[in-house]
Amino acid sequence: MTAAGLFLIAFLASPDSFAWLFSPMTRNGAPAIYTQTPLWSLTLSHLALVAMAVTASTLVALVLAILVTRPSGREFLPLARTITSVGQTFPPVAVLALAVPVMGFGAGPTLVALFLYGLLPVFENTLAGLTNQPARIREAARGMGLTPAQRLWQVDLPLALPVILTGMRLTAVISLGTGTIGSTVAARTLGEVIIAGLLSSNTAFVLQGGMVVGIIAVMIHEGFQALARLAARRTG
Amino acid sequence: MIQISHLTKLYDGKPVVDDVSLTVERGQIAALVGTSGSGKTTLLRMINRLVTPSSGQVLIDGQDTAAIAPHLLRRRIGYAIQGHGLFPHRTVGQNIATVPRLLRWSADDIRARVDELLTLFQLDPDAFRDRMPHELSGGQQQRIGVARALAAKPDLLLMDEPFGALDPVIRAKAQADLRQIQRQLGTTLVLVTHDMAEAILLGDRIAVMDRGKLVQYAPPADILRAPATPFVEALIGPDMRPFHLLSLTPAFQIATEGHAIGAPIPREATLRDALAECLWSGRDALPVEGGGVVTLAALRQRAAP
Amino acid sequence: MTARLDRPGLLFALIGLVGLVLPLVQFKANRIVPGDGVSMALPLAGLLALILLGGCLRWSHGLRLAAALAGLGTVIAALGGTARALMADGPALARVAPAAGFWLLLLAFALMLTDAVTRLRPALHWRWLMLAGAIALVAMVLSTGWLDQVSVMREYAARRDAFLREGVAHLYLAFGSLGLALMIGLPLGVAIHQAPSARGPVLSVLNILQTIPSLALFGIMIPIFGWIAANVPGAAQAGIAGIGVFPALVALFLYSLLPVVSNTLTGLSGVSPATQEAAIGLGLTRFQRLTWVLVPLALPVLLAAIRIVLVQNIGLAVIAGLIGGGGFGTFVFQGLNQTAMDLVLLGALPTIGLALVAGIALDLLVQTLNHTTPRPA
Repeated sequence: MTAAGLFLIAFLASPDSFAWLFSPMTRNGAPAIYTQTPLWSLTLSHLALVAMAVTASTLVALVLAILVTRPSGREFLPLARTITSVGQTFPPVAVLALAVPVMGFGAGPTLVALFLYGLLPVFENTLAGLTNQPARIREAARGMGLTPAQRLWQVDLPLALPVILTGMRLTAVISLGTGTIGSTVAARTLGEVIIAGLLSSNTAFVLQGGMVVGIIAVMIHEGFQALARLAARRTG
Repeated sequence: MIQISHLTKLYDGKPVVDDVSLTVERGQIAALVGTSGSGKTTLLRMINRLVTPSSGQVLIDGQDTAAIAPHLLRRRIGYAIQGHGLFPHRTVGQNIATVPRLLRWSADDIRARVDELLTLFQLDPDAFRDRMPHELSGGQQQRIGVARALAAKPDLLLMDEPFGALDPVIRAKAQADLRQIQRQLGTTLVLVTHDMAEAILLGDRIAVMDRGKLVQYAPPADILRAPATPFVEALIGPDMRPFHLLSLTPAFQIATEGHAIGAPIPREATLRDALAECLWSGRDALPVEGGGVVTLAALRQRAAP
Repeated sequence: MTARLDRPGLLFALIGLVGLVLPLVQFKANRIVPGDGVSMALPLAGLLALILLGGCLRWSHGLRLAAALAGLGTVIAALGGTARALMADGPALARVAPAAGFWLLLLAFALMLTDAVTRLRPALHWRWLMLAGAIALVAMVLSTGWLDQVSVMREYAARRDAFLREGVAHLYLAFGSLGLALMIGLPLGVAIHQAPSARGPVLSVLNILQTIPSLALFGIMIPIFGWIAANVPGAAQAGIAGIGVFPALVALFLYSLLPVVSNTLTGLSGVSPATQEAAIGLGLTRFQRLTWVLVPLALPVLLAAIRIVLVQNIGLAVIAGLIGGGGFGTFVFQGLNQTAMDLVLLGALPTIGLALVAGIALDLLVQTLNHTTPRPA
């Protein structure tokens, strides 16, 4: 994992030193490394886009999940469950394409699509974490005289944390991959490299774009898994 | 008849079952007793080759089991386990019919056999044949598990803690039913249990296993009167021995001429039941159904080693 | 009497009323330029407002269902009617595209419908009937031609043949890759169930495959298959080529492997040890145990995998449009290139429809199956 991270940093810092790795895949003397925009800057803007979308969707999904599990929001719970399961069948690419007429081209529609699509995993997992708690823990918390708010903050949310983190992991990994498609609507992401490769039949570009996103995805995946394990260990 | 000779199972070079030899006569019940890790379950599972022996042999009616393909061997031997292991996606009838189907019985024969077994286990065929296992109580599931093991009329039935998952009341009834059905069918039965009381109640002979070795193989009365090692004694529980002894004999066997007041006890009730009834109702003697009385003095004498 | 208000109903009314205020359609001079908003005819808007406000009352679920259907019908009718009226005296190049008002109203009534169905808790066979009814209704509305003047339908009319062709290609991609994944994934899942030591390596490879961004995986397939077609004898004759449907099919197949393999493993591992032990003890052969016991018991989990894969592949197949693999994605990316949003819709809407139907149908199938073979908790 560390090796992959170091390799990624080295590659982004000085892509040209790795030209030998990609040059066998070029034809007719095409460049081996994408230079239109610096790779590190595309990576940063890609990550920024994903981070913004994941943060926003996590916050909104958390609030919504907490709302529908309170007594006053219970009426919305069955509907929320149905929307989540139906919403997840919406293809991310279609969501992205449909955001364009409303938002125009650029980072906007990508952000909206990533945000909307990212809501569902976090919402679904938070809901599962908050509702699947063992009845005896709920009873014990009530029996000790915790108020509903105290129960939420001191018992329910900490116990649901590992599941919530799993939802965030799904959201982040999906967003990272879907973010590449954002380049088809002119968002500045690593997809730009891949699409440039597709248009000019330059496999080296496709591969280096895919590689950077892939390594980051694996690292995010592992990172969230480690966090979830940590949270799970704390609660035993 | 099963003859087990010098049977050994090594795991990582350590013997789990260590040079065990014993014989179970046709129509008898052998109860394998021991603490967990004593090798009793491994010994049982070597009989139908769920575990392959490291050395030694098992002969069933003189035939070496190693010479038969394992799955064909198993179809000839009934096998019932704790938690019953019923197939949750098949009806009661289909579960019972498993081995007859494997043996390609005709559909009519299978249907007749299923109904016969359900009746034998006091379950109405029309009510139970098409139910799913999860619709049954624990006691009913256990009975179906045994019925399935008996479906293809095996001469030999192996049971691994068959009553382990049942509560005490249902377990007593299940044990009594098993005893009766076994006598009726004449099936040879090898049973694994960790419960000495169950072994004494059901076993014609009890095999006590300790750390892979067979330490004593004898009828219950002999085990109670002359435990071969301190381990066997501990397994009986010294303070329980009088009660175990009493549970070996039915009341009518020691009934004498006389007269006693109060409700009579059944003929087949054990002396242990009679003692409990004496103490509970404060009587010195109990009438036995069909004539005779059992006295407290006679019980006390019987309970002495 | 002061009946308490229905809160979900209030939410839908709010969304719907905002939709009523916003323009129903955009009237554009041609398919590329932005246009002017046009609102709904006042009587229809009044009717919709009534339905929306009525939905805030504590109606019975059945009445709510009927109201939602009436609302959806009215919105669709208004869209078609407005388009007809505008196009009747507009220039031939002009377009009437659904606008924010239409989408919000559609959302409001779709939510109302979903809510009503959820609360009705209909029996399984009713839900099957509802799904079939919904598909039939959509087909009927489209076949009446009432919506023919709406921009998306104009795009459709202009490329009827291509639409059919790409639709078939899309289904071929989604189902073909699923079929391949089942053919390879099921045996692989069974194999790693039997050989626990192989589980770690196999699953990590499949996990890594899953992290490669779809766009890149599709892209990488092109040169790989180009090379195979050029260098492996007979490959080109067998239809393998670096361009076209083949690279897309294989990329989708690779994405599908993880859900199929891991769910096969989960399903097989979920069979209780007592059941497996009993199956061996009764003398079932290895093959009989697999076909009589393990596979039937693992079936619901396998179907869940099929649902995941099918829905995922219907969505991802859109990307095939970007690498010349065909499918509805062709329209999406053509539309994005030409900034012709109606064309984007022509690709995106059927994709969403397919994914929805596949997802709901397979959910129902899983429930039907669980219904016939329930298990103890």
